[in-house]
This record gives sequence, C-alpha cells and structure tokens, in this order.
Amino acid sequence: MFRERLETIRAQARKQIEASLDLEKLNAARVEFLGKKGELTAVLKGMKDVKAEDRPKVGQMVNEAREEIERSLEEAKRRLEKAAMEAALASETIDVTLPAEEVKMGHRHPNQIALEEMERIFTGLGYEVVEGPEVEKDYYNFEALNIPADHPAKDEQDTFYINGEMLLRTQTSGAQVHEMEKGRLPIRMISPGRVYRSDEVDATHSPCFHQVEGLLIDEKVTFSDLKGTLTQFAKELFGEDTKVKFRPHHFPFTEPSAEMDVSCFKCGGKGCRFCKGEGWIEILGCGMVHPHVLEMSGIDPLKYKGFAFGVGLERIALLKYEIDDMRLMYENDIRFLSQF
Amino acid sequence: MNTSLNWIKAYVPDLDCSDQEFMDRMTMTGTKTESYRRLDKNLEKIVIGEVKKIERHPDADKLIVCQVNIGNEEIQIVTGAPNVNEGDHVVVVLDGGKVAGGHDGGPLPEEGIEIKAGKLRGVESYGMMCSIEELGSTRDVFPDAPEDGLYILPKDTVPGTDAIEYLGLHDTVFEYEITSNRVDCYSVLGIAREAAASFDKDFHMPEVPVTGEDAAESASDRISVEILDRDLCTRYIARVVTDVHIGESPDWMKKRLRSAGIRPINNLVDITNYVMMEYGQPMHAFDLSTIAGNKIIVRRAHDGDTFVTLDGNERKLDSEVLMICDGEKEVGIGGIMGGENSMITEDVHEVLFEAATFNGPNIRKSAKRIGLRTDASGIFEKGLDANNAMEAINRACALVEELKCGKVLKGAVDVHEPLPERKRIPFEFERINEFLGTDIKREDMFSYFKRLEIEYDESTNELICPTFRQDLLGFADIAEEAARFYGYDKIPVTLPQSGAEGGGLPFKMLIENVARDVAEYTGFSQCMSYSMESPKVFDRLLLPEDAPERKAIKISNPLGEDFSVMRTIILNGLLTSLSVNYNRRNTAVRLYELGNIYIPAELPLKDYPDERMQFALAFYGGGNFFTMKGVVEAFLVKAGLKEGLSYNPDNKKSFLHPGRQAEIVYDGAVLGYLGELHPLVRKNYELGERVFVAVIDMPEVVSRATFDRKFKGIAKFPAVTRDLSMVVNKDISAGDIEEMIKQRGGKLLEKTALFDIYEGSQIKEGHKSMAYTLTFRNPEKTLSDDEINGVMKKILNGLNSMGIELRS
Repeated sequence: MFRERLETIRAQARKQIEASLDLEKLNAARVEFLGKKGELTAVLKGMKDVKAEDRPKVGQMVNEAREEIERSLEEAKRRLEKAAMEAALASETIDVTLPAEEVKMGHRHPNQIALEEMERIFTGLGYEVVEGPEVEKDYYNFEALNIPADHPAKDEQDTFYINGEMLLRTQTSGAQVHEMEKGRLPIRMISPGRVYRSDEVDATHSPCFHQVEGLLIDEKVTFSDLKGTLTQFAKELFGEDTKVKFRPHHFPFTEPSAEMDVSCFKCGGKGCRFCKGEGWIEILGCGMVHPHVLEMSGIDPLKYKGFAFGVGLERIALLKYEIDDMRLMYENDIRFLSQF
Repeated sequence: MNTSLNWIKAYVPDLDCSDQEFMDRMTMTGTKTESYRRLDKNLEKIVIGEVKKIERHPDADKLIVCQVNIGNEEIQIVTGAPNVNEGDHVVVVLDGGKVAGGHDGGPLPEEGIEIKAGKLRGVESYGMMCSIEELGSTRDVFPDAPEDGLYILPKDTVPGTDAIEYLGLHDTVFEYEITSNRVDCYSVLGIAREAAASFDKDFHMPEVPVTGEDAAESASDRISVEILDRDLCTRYIARVVTDVHIGESPDWMKKRLRSAGIRPINNLVDITNYVMMEYGQPMHAFDLSTIAGNKIIVRRAHDGDTFVTLDGNERKLDSEVLMICDGEKEVGIGGIMGGENSMITEDVHEVLFEAATFNGPNIRKSAKRIGLRTDASGIFEKGLDANNAMEAINRACALVEELKCGKVLKGAVDVHEPLPERKRIPFEFERINEFLGTDIKREDMFSYFKRLEIEYDESTNELICPTFRQDLLGFADIAEEAARFYGYDKIPVTLPQSGAEGGGLPFKMLIENVARDVAEYTGFSQCMSYSMESPKVFDRLLLPEDAPERKAIKISNPLGEDFSVMRTIILNGLLTSLSVNYNRRNTAVRLYELGNIYIPAELPLKDYPDERMQFALAFYGGGNFFTMKGVVEAFLVKAGLKEGLSYNPDNKKSFLHPGRQAEIVYDGAVLGYLGELHPLVRKNYELGERVFVAVIDMPEVVSRATFDRKFKGIAKFPAVTRDLSMVVNKDISAGDIEEMIKQRGGKLLEKTALFDIYEGSQIKEGHKSMAYTLTFRNPEKTLSDDEINGVMKKILNGLNSMGIELRS
C-alpha cells in the first residue's frame, strides 16, 4: 500500500516539476511534495501505523522517493537558471561594429621612428649613443676628417659658415673625432643628429636633415667586421631576407671605403619602379677609419683600427615608409604625421 | 665622365664582355658605372643607299619618288625630304627595320619606330631615307647634317653596306661617377686601365712616336716661357707647330669625339679635345703670330683688369686669377679659357700648343668668381699630374703629324717645379690581410698591383706607385687596391671581437623619450622644423628690441633671409606648423617638438654655443590652459619631479596672453613656461583659434630628473575627508590658498583637491566661490575627530587671516 502510494507521488512530482516553467512554480512544487504539509510528509506521518519490523523498509522507500524528487528539483532549477541567464545575455547583445570610443594619441615623426629602430639595433650590439655639436668648428667637420683646406667639399656652396672658424656641421662624422679625442678605448658608438648643407628645398633635398654616424675602434677590427655589422643592421632594419652589396667608394676619412646597397625590399631584387629597375637601393657609406684620422685624434693606428659608417636618416625613413617627398617631413601636416 | 666601349677597346683589345657585365664589374672594382646607352639602340636593317633617279610624285607636290640602289637591288622610296639629289648617298632603313626617333628630334621612344613598306599617296614605298635625328643622334655631334632633311653621306661610301657601322654607332657609351680621389680616371686611358685591370686583360698605351727630331728649328727658337707665380702654375710646356693646314679630322677621330659627346670642328681643335679626353690633360692652342715678343709669361692678373675670352665675352679679373701673357698682353686665363686675341682661325699658320698644370683649388675658385666653368677648368680644378702633361703634349704633336696638319718643331719649352716622384709605400702583406679580414695570397696581390702599374722593389720590400695615382699615399690605400681587385663581395662577413662594454642611451635621451611618450599619450604628434629661421620671427613673436633672444647666431652664407639665423626660441617652427594645419582646415591639432636652440655666449661667435634641447608643445581646439598644464605635470611626474612644482604668473613673455601665462617653477628653478598665445601673435601666424603652448627647457629637467622610485606602502588606516566651501577675493590665487592649507595641514593632510570654482551672479562682485576636499590620514592609526578638528581649526584660522569667508 505504501509502495503504491509512493509510486503515485513520485510520478506526480516528476510531472509537476517538468511542467514548472519558472523558478516560482518550481518552488511551489517543492512545497507541495516536500513541504511540511506536503505529500511526502503526510506519508511519513502515516508511519506510526506501520508495523515496527516494516518501518525501516518503509522509511527507506520514503527516503528514496524524497531523494529522487530533490534531484529532479535541483536539475530543473539549474536548467531554469541557465535559461534565464541566457535570455538575459541575449537581451544585452550589442552591435560590436559600432565605432570605438576614440583614444586620442599622438604620433611619432617618421624620422624618429626610423632613428629609434637604428638605436635599438645598435644599442643591442653594445653601441653607445652620443651626441655631437651642430654648430661645429671647421677642424672637427673637415680637417680632422682628412678633408684639407682646399677640398671641394669645403666649398661655400655646400657648407653654411658662421664665420671663418665656426660652421654648421655638414656631417655627423665630427662626433667621431670628439669621441676619439676623449681617449677612452675601445669605442662603440652611434651618433645621430642634425646636419646642414646649402641645398635648396625640393622633393629630395633639405638644407637641414639628419644623419646617424657609427664608429667602432678596437685592437682587432677588420673590414670583414664592418661587412658583418652592417649586414646584420640591414637585415634587422629591412628584414631577414635582405641581401647587401658593398661597392668600393671614396670618402676622405675612411680607406678602404664602400657604399652599401640593400636588395630592394619592395621587389626583393627583381627590379621595380621603386628601385628604378636596379634591384638594389643605396643606403649608406662606410669604411675603415683612415689611419691618418686616427693619428690626428691621438690614436695609434698601428695598435688600433676601426670602422665608421654614416646613414642618412631621412633616406631610410623615406624608403622604409615609402614617402615620396622630403618636404612632407618638415611641413608637419597632421594628416601626414598621423600615418605613423 | 662618359666613355664609349669602342674607344676603351682601342687600348684593351682583348676586352670581351656584355655591356651589363662591363657596368657591373667596373662598379665592383670601384669605377662606379651609373648607366649605359647603346648608340645603335632601335637601329635595325639600315644600309647605305645611292639615289639613282628622282621623279615627282604624281599626286603630291611635296613628295618625290626615288629609285635607290641598296647594293644588290634597287628599291623605290617615297620621301618628302627637301635636300636629296640624284647621285646622293643616303642612310636607308628597309622594310621591317627600325629607327630610333622622329625627324623632329624629340625624345626617343623606348621601342623605336618601325618602318614598313606601304603606299604614300598611292605610290609604293619600300623603306625610308633617314635624317640624323631619326638615327637617334643630333647635329651637335654631326655638324655636317642639315637642319631639315636627310643626312647625306660622302660618295665614297658603299651602297648596301651597314650604315650604322659607317657612322660608328655600333657602340655603347658608359656614364661613370668618378670619385674625387681618382683624377686619373677623368680620361679614357684612366678608365681603360681600370677596365684592363678589372677584367685582367692587357692594357696598351697609344704609341707616341717622337716628333720634330728632324726639324731645323726648335720650339725654344720661337718661344720662351717664364712662370712668375709658381704657386699657381706647377708646369708649363710649350711646343710649336708650323705649316698648319686646317681641315677635317679623319673619321676614326670624329667617331670617338662624337661618342664622348664632343662636336668635331677641325683637325687642330679636334686634336686638343681628343687629347683632353684621352689623357685627361686639357690643352690650349694659340695662334703663334699673335704672341708678342716670342714669350709666354704666367702671372696673376691685377685687380680690376678685364679680358675678352675666345667666346667674345669680357671677363672681370682679380689678383688671384692666373693669366697666360705674351710679351705685351694677356692671351688667356690659365686653365679656364683662352683669349679672343690669340685664338686659332682658319688662316693660322703657326700654332703654339700649351700643356700646363695649375693649382687645382685656385682654378676652382677663380672659375667660380669669374663665373666661367669650362670643361678644362673642371678637370684642372682636380689637380693634375705634371708628368702626364708632357705625355699629352707629345701625343698631340704625334697626332698633328699623323693627321698631316702641320710640322712639329723640335723639342719643347718646359718650365716646371720639381716633378712629382713615384711614391714608395712599404708592402705589408700580413697587415693588409689582417686589416681586411682576408686571406689573399701574396702572388694574387702582386697580380693586382701589376695590372695597376704598381711596381715592387724586392730589395726594400716597397711598392712603387705611378705618379698619376695621386691617391696612393700609404698602407690603407694599398689595402684598398688589394680589396677592390680581390673583390669586396669575397671579403668574409664577421662580427667584431670587440671588448667594448655597455652601450645604450644616455640619461638625457631617456628623459627625452619620456617627453615623447607623455606628449603622444596625451594626443600630441611630433613635429620637426628647421633650426635656422628668419630674424623676422622675433618681430612675429613681439619680442622687444633688447630681448636676449634677438642675439642669435647668423649664418654668413644663408640660403636666404628665411634661413639666416639659428633659432634662439623653439616656438616658431611649431606655430608655423600649426598654421599650416589650420589653413588646411585640420581641426584640433596638437603638436610637439624636441629640438635644440642655439644660445651664443658672445657674438660674433668664438666658441661652441649652448645647444639646449627644448620640449615644446602647442595646440589649438579641444582644450585650454589647464589642459596644457596637465600635460606639463604628467611629464614632470614621469620624469621623477613630483613635489615642489609651482607656477609664477609673473612670466612676462611678449608672445603670450598677459593674463594667461606662467613660469613653471620647480624647487626654485624655472623649468619653462606655458600660456595662451597672444592674440596679435596668433594673427601673425594666421591662426584663427586660441592657441596654447608650453616650453620646457630640458637641461633644467634632466639635471633634476630621476627614475628612482621608492615604495611607501599602501595606507592601512582609513582616510577622513572634510569639504571646505569659501568665497575668495579674485586676487587671491588657488596656489596661495593651497600653499597655506599645506603649511597648516601638516603631516596629517594627505591631499587637497579643488572640486568647484564659480564666479557669477550669486557671488559678490570681485569674488569667486571655491570648494576643496581635504583628505587626512594617519599612517599609524585611525584618526580621531579631535585630531582632525584640531588641524581644521588651524586651516580655518589661516583662511580667516587671508580674508576668506567660509560659505555655510
């Protein structure tokens, strides 16, 4: 008799729990079956009429029924809560393609970005960054770099003079001399900065532009070290696949001297409009520091050797960021700057 | 410098390479070859023809119908050319051939112009007769071609043979960038010598037979030479030619001159031009009959002298210009141009050849002052080898005899300084390899040197360099010769084994990076402007006449007034850039610049000026004075300048709004200033919106900046806040109030924050309402009301003493 009654209660409870579509109805079902006045409690109250030896058995049956109903209730609750959460989230859906709230940040000048890349590469190789004066003495800009008094490079058409002795430096190479004169050897330095040449402003010229000078002096330095260093530099700056070519050239303060070309990073060296069909782009001048230059700066050329290089910063920036007119660099139109 | 491949092959007969190979190899051995141009580009199926018969075109007045013998057959060609006659030899392009250009001589089309048989006004035409322009050339180098019409060839040409061959156009012209140290390469021989060395072929100098040995007279019988200014003329050689016959040069010479872009004129002029190209030694020819007193005197001109050069122009001279004179007068400007009074004419009988070497820099400067830069001066200014001058003049005399245009007198009159000797340089074999990082064999080095005419003296282990190689002076130069012929591309790629330590950016640059970061996080973009500017900038910024900023370094040879002084104040570049943006309708633009100003200790400048890095910011739109103040403070905090910042309104910058500017003061030092731009300055820069600027003198910041930070713990005990609302006389600044609160708040006061400020109808005239939140905290324990009340009482008393009323 108990058995049948419990079966009926279990079936009714299952049915009612399934039919409960919200938490409130589910709670009502809980009260109805498990509450103090609920069906199962009523069954328990009838226990006193059961024979003593049957009570454990009946008790067990009641507990089983209770456990099953509780499980069903718990399951149903989880199901309903999950559905409710999903409904709430669905109602909060936003259009993620609406515009972002603008964070107004400024932009670094392309020259600066290129410079910082070079600084990163060379400081990683243990180079110090030093600065030299822009208003320079004739001696440091020319004479100490093996450019004697009558050299055509000294012609007024190239150099801005302040007076007979002072001028605006035409190259950052003077910083080499200042560094060597300090007498702290070995030297590994790069020196970025402004330089000046008497060129009218046009798409490829500016009377004021930037160079990055490099100098390494030590006891055992070779031309092959120069090649290795600058090859690594080119690969880091323009990509691992970059090829380099060193061509003989002439600079008064280095011997042997070279110009370095890199394979065109636009066409990979096949030849395109960007590299004027050559496949190669000239990017810097370099060479072994001329023994006479070392000597003039008080360094023994029999003991020490070194290499030096000079890179036009604008040239790198124009190439790397595909800027076709140098005037843009000094106009500072925000529509230009904000692209970097 | 341009040379043709055929001319080079005259001295390097075994040279066998493609144009591209020549260009690449020469570039890699140091003779940078910029480009090349085939002279027979797009010239196809072109032969010599003989016009046998000319008839009028039946239907066109301006056309004629020609029967042209092209060797093995006769073809019919219709032409509109005005200058053709029966019997003329012409250049004919056959059906299916190509010419390089149009008859009008415009730019040459890349693919040339194809010629096809067809009908012209109904009459068949099987080819085209060519003008010199259609052959891709010009009347400059073919002066015998007519201005309009066909190029007519001499009668001794053979119909049916290759016309391009006849014209010497199966050739390639290379263009080089010669570096300033290689004076010897401004000559065909110099380039040929490099080519021979680069391709390891034999090099043959031209054979120059001795001339004038049998002549009855010597040059010295006819002329004497005296150099008065030996600092400017290191050698003067004169040779004399008599019985001169002016005429045409032979074809081979004309072809070579043409390939170098030189117009053939007559045998004598052509010889001097030819030798200048071949040897790199400019020469001059005087009509000997015009030389007075049988003497040449080389001396400086006098200030104010004038002289008519052979181009008919009168030139002003000065005492640094070197003149070639005879016994009475000046006859030429040394190394630059001869005089009209002694020039060669058709009637010349006797010629004085001059080959001289001059002081290069003086030639360059003189040419510039006179305003006359010639082919000759362009070469002389590089400083020539005096030994080469004798070879060149002898070559010229040999050509005179070869071309049968005169009789050379015996010997030369040769006045010179001590001639350059061959430089001896120790041969340091191991040191070269050690320097280059290579393993070049000894015999390979000798092979390179031999090709370069560098000899080896085994007894002294010295290399002996030819005098034309003025660039070979020491060890490194020899190492370079070894490197470039071994091949730069074969030198290994290694990294230095250097022991230099450290590396990185100096502190100054790290602080500059902080400035850049803060500026960019707050919306400012980096601008770069020129360091030199116009002195008018000072007026634009309303600087008083005695402002120290006006003491700027002046450039003595500026590009113009706009770039004539080194900036002493950073703002002009920024304001100019803002103006550019404003005028291009860019809205709300924020720019900053990190750049130097140049402050001279004294003028005229005697020593290095103070180059001071300035951090300057400027914007218009979307902000006010306090926006800028926030950026300044963000930077200073990031740079480690935290406590002790104050602002002094007594700043007095002429270019700023008088009531909206402040000095930025830190620890008693002025770091810079900020403010709103004065409306008049705004007008000067055509800026239609309010502009806010800040300028920070970086050395002042860098000397106080630090990246050191110390953790002070996070407060364990709660803070207590009290609000203060007050009515303040407008003359009292927030800074003064805050300073007083800070003084009196003592250690318990953690923070003072203004949360409201108001002026208006509810507040009495001349006053403002201000409200602060004060935050108190004791790091050791929870604050009691009594403690706070005690401090608040002190602060309230302070307010009272400043005449400030509290609002209820």
